[in-house]
Amino acid sequence: MMIVMRTQELRNLFPILNTKVYGRNLVYFDNAATSQRPQSVIDLMTSIALNSNANIHRAVHYLANEATVMYESTRDAVKDFIGASSREEIVFTSGTTASINLVAYSFGEAFIGEGDEVIVSEAEHHSDIVPWQIVCQRKRAVLKVIPVDDNGVLQTDKLEGLINDRTRIVAVTHISNVLGLVNPIEEIVRISHSHGVPVLVDGAQGIVHQKVNVQKSDVDFYAFSGHKMYSATGTGVLYGKRKWLDAMPPFMGGGEMIDTVKFSGTTFAPLPEKFEAGTQNFNAVPTLKEGMKLAELMREAELESQSAEAFSMMYDFLSGDERIRLYGVPCGTTRKVPVFSFTVKGVHHEDLALILDKMGIAVRSGQMCAEPLMDRFGVTGMLRVSLAPYNTAEEVEYFKKSLNKAIDMLA
Amino acid sequence: MESLKTVQNEVVETFSMYDEWLDKYEYLIELGKNLESYPENEKTDDKLIKGCQSRVWLDWRLEDGKLHFRADSDAIITKGIISLLISVYSGRTPSEIAGDDFSFIEKIGLKENLSPTRANGLVSMIDTIRKAAAESMQ
Repeated sequence: MMIVMRTQELRNLFPILNTKVYGRNLVYFDNAATSQRPQSVIDLMTSIALNSNANIHRAVHYLANEATVMYESTRDAVKDFIGASSREEIVFTSGTTASINLVAYSFGEAFIGEGDEVIVSEAEHHSDIVPWQIVCQRKRAVLKVIPVDDNGVLQTDKLEGLINDRTRIVAVTHISNVLGLVNPIEEIVRISHSHGVPVLVDGAQGIVHQKVNVQKSDVDFYAFSGHKMYSATGTGVLYGKRKWLDAMPPFMGGGEMIDTVKFSGTTFAPLPEKFEAGTQNFNAVPTLKEGMKLAELMREAELESQSAEAFSMMYDFLSGDERIRLYGVPCGTTRKVPVFSFTVKGVHHEDLALILDKMGIAVRSGQMCAEPLMDRFGVTGMLRVSLAPYNTAEEVEYFKKSLNKAIDMLA
Repeated sequence: MESLKTVQNEVVETFSMYDEWLDKYEYLIELGKNLESYPENEKTDDKLIKGCQSRVWLDWRLEDGKLHFRADSDAIITKGIISLLISVYSGRTPSEIAGDDFSFIEKIGLKENLSPTRANGLVSMIDTIRKAAAESMQ
């Protein structure tokens, strides 16, 4: 009874979950694309707009001070949330993609040259492939790829063989947005560091489902977004070890990132402002505080019985039906989070998504910004359902019935 | 042969018989399943329509002053949509097609009820049909 209350309590925090679509109850199974926003975040955004809207850092007036305090105290909260050693290592960006582009550009400028190598994995989101391709093209460097096996499990044992004295950085995802498998970050860091190679982790999905401690895992860069973590869109974080951030040139110029500007030359502000050019998203960044609080609650809830029940019901259904092929099957010690991508024999993923939509169920279809991974499995796209702890076993039950009906219509 | 407008009105009427979009999809799926088969070896890139998430091949030929279309898709609802377009526009003269405003598509509410990516695909299909008419008149 207590547990039932708990999921309902979680649902009550998110007003949008009561929405009806096409006259049916909304079933929101697209959480890996973006999570829903709780009332507290919506209220905070409104309150900032109503009571403390002013540009941060520059002015001396009351509102500017309010806004600056809210923005900068969020930086402290993020530092604690991911276990960073100092606030200077926390850079606010517009999201994971911006964070990775920042590193690819600036780290690339400082450390990547002709003939050097960058390693990514086969399961990366385009946001952790394309920025590296761009820097590799610019610097005439080489991009190498850690493969995944037929279950979607990252073949970490291949990493050692890919690293050599030209390897400059390894960039891998914490959790693939397609496969939902948790990659062994600490092992990847251990192997890479044993060769003196830094590691960037794309934490867009990871931060949602896993407790992150950047000092313990010893990652060099960790990138994540606010919008997948119950906060406002257009917010993101780049954690970088100070020794790297200090050695990297600015990504963009202008605004508060300067120390002095003369036509004879400009000197740059210290960390973290060096990487925060232009007007920052000061209306949205403070919502990260609410988002982080909720993320901690949600991670716990995910492991509790009712969420675990919905999760395992979905897993059993998608892995136990001979018409369905599930990608990202956990083996051995690999943990899976409730992100399920699959194909149905003889049925196009987009047809299924379209019919499920009319049944009130929001799912994702297509390449999921991971075209190389689609090619790896020889498919043009997949259907993805991704659950949050506010999703219920009843919703999974309804999804099962709906998917069966959709398959019957289409097959 | 019935006029283009008459055929279009019949399509609009058929669609209005279904209250639920699921039923409309069911109808499109049927159309897709019954679409005349398209030779595998002619599914070439030059026949592929840009702007669709699912793949759509659309081919046309001019015969006795009339345009004839053939198409296929790997997604069945899309195949139903293209089948619907073909049933309306195949066997028409290029000038009939060039002079049409394609407004019956708005009337059946197809575009608004598709995902944006699929709506783009629909627009690309219509563009291809229009282009075929324009090229045939040159």
